[in-house]
Amino acid sequence: MRGLAPILVAVALLATVPLITSSNVVLNFLVTTFLIALVGQGWNLLGGYGGQYSFGHAAFFGTGAYVTAVLQVRYGVNAWLGFCIGIAAGALVGAVIGALSFRSGLKGSYFALVTLAFAEVLRIIASVAPITGAGVGTLIKLDLRPEAFQFQSRAPFYWIVLGLVGISLVLVRMIENSRFGAYLIAVRENEDTAKALGVDTMIVKLGAMTVSAMIAAAGGCFYAQYFLFIDAGIAYGPWISIEALLAPIIGGVGTVFGPLLGALVVKTLGELAKLATGDAPGLDLVLYGCILILAVAFAPRGIAGILADLRHRLRPIGPAAPASQERGNG
Amino acid sequence: MVEPLLRVEQVSMRFGGLLAVDRASLSAKAGCITALIGPNGAGKTTLFSIISGFLSPSDGSVVYDRIDIAGDPPHRLARRGIARTFQIVQPFAGLTVRENIAVGAHLSRPGRADALAAAGDVARAVGLGEMLDRSAANLTVAGRKRLELARALAIEPRLLLLDEVLAGLNPSEIRDMVPVILAIRDRGITIIMIEHVMQAVISLAEHVFVLAEGRVIAQGSPQAIASDPRVVEAYLGHGAAGRMIAAGGSHA
Repeated sequence: MRGLAPILVAVALLATVPLITSSNVVLNFLVTTFLIALVGQGWNLLGGYGGQYSFGHAAFFGTGAYVTAVLQVRYGVNAWLGFCIGIAAGALVGAVIGALSFRSGLKGSYFALVTLAFAEVLRIIASVAPITGAGVGTLIKLDLRPEAFQFQSRAPFYWIVLGLVGISLVLVRMIENSRFGAYLIAVRENEDTAKALGVDTMIVKLGAMTVSAMIAAAGGCFYAQYFLFIDAGIAYGPWISIEALLAPIIGGVGTVFGPLLGALVVKTLGELAKLATGDAPGLDLVLYGCILILAVAFAPRGIAGILADLRHRLRPIGPAAPASQERGNG
Repeated sequence: MVEPLLRVEQVSMRFGGLLAVDRASLSAKAGCITALIGPNGAGKTTLFSIISGFLSPSDGSVVYDRIDIAGDPPHRLARRGIARTFQIVQPFAGLTVRENIAVGAHLSRPGRADALAAAGDVARAVGLGEMLDRSAANLTVAGRKRLELARALAIEPRLLLLDEVLAGLNPSEIRDMVPVILAIRDRGITIIMIEHVMQAVISLAEHVFVLAEGRVIAQGSPQAIASDPRVVEAYLGHGAAGRMIAAGGSHA
């Protein structure tokens, strides 16, 4: 399979971090960063590859989080099983919202607004419905056993979220190298032309939305297990929708590594800003806004785009090197 | 007589109060090039959009391969073998030439490597072999027209609808393109082309339909059409044919 090696190398390198340091600050920072990278990868599949810019990935993230939490707390379902059901539920919500909005022919900013509206509706329902704990939220009982998807140290959580990021990277890479991926990109580039070439654009968009929602829901499920508490504002709040699109836009939309790169950069800058400003509330959001403006204005293809340009510029030197070696041998 | 591959019968298309196509009928013989000409706004592209499924006609039927396809969605018609190009070329600008064509090739080839290889073959057939790994955004107008053609060919159509593939090309580029189109026909693909370049229509088409104000006002061989007074009037205005004959007489 083309292009899997860099993913495996990157994941293997990152997997060594808990062996080097047991600092909770470092691991906690990386776990939340990878969580954003994961949800961002979900957004990237639909937005980056399919050109359908969602502003409501909280709908999927929150569904995953709530289904995992509520199944455990209210129905005594095993956490791992709840995790899987949560992912499936998120995918289902994605398919339903996708079917409703794509069937109505919503595109561009209209699609963004409708996804935002769906997420907000879910947030309001979650903040009043008894089953979600309404305004109080849902607390998952502390039960530090691996069977309950809870761990004494942060390292296992780290490896699990890194594993999920790894799976999402491989999945997106495989899609990129498939007919479905080619069709998805064709839809992004020009929907009418895609149709004329035999692409059922409705099915392609719906498929992308479902997988995208599935990935975002996995992030939500993980969030619930890691923090053991969710409420409507956390699960369905706009913060996660923004993080989900910010990471790939900064990192490079429509690239496999974009969301991971973007999440690392955004989160690092966020932490630095917090250090510099002494936790002034909301300042990190101001920073996010500024980064987004700068990124869209000066690097519309993100960090991955800048790296690709650099590599392109360096390429002419590449073929010359083996030639000189041959001469040396002769 | 052999049943034509495509028969458009009494098709009308209404946009609110505007009747863009008015009971138009035409047919395309299998393995031939049929041209559709007419002044701007005559409804040619609308008719193409109906045949390729982008518009559902208000009235009438479109019989392709003995089946009424009017109203079927474009992706399904593409799978049945109807390909179209767009008058305003629409490359997938972010992709290379090869990747552009591969989207079409994927229709019958699920595998990525297969589709990319087939894309290379199609590109060479239309003279884009050198540009395979160039970004589609960097092509010249002539290159984009060829790409548009290649992408449509990649779905391996039986019927190819060409919407002004020669428009915007200079005379030498048109001369280069004519044999490409003839070669496509020689592979057995039926072609209907909308074209303004009369020189090309005369050298390419076996049969010509003339559309004016949504109606088919004349049809026949290219030579007969070129001298048909109704056609001259459709382009140049009422009475133009008479004035031309009179002017021609005084010169003689």
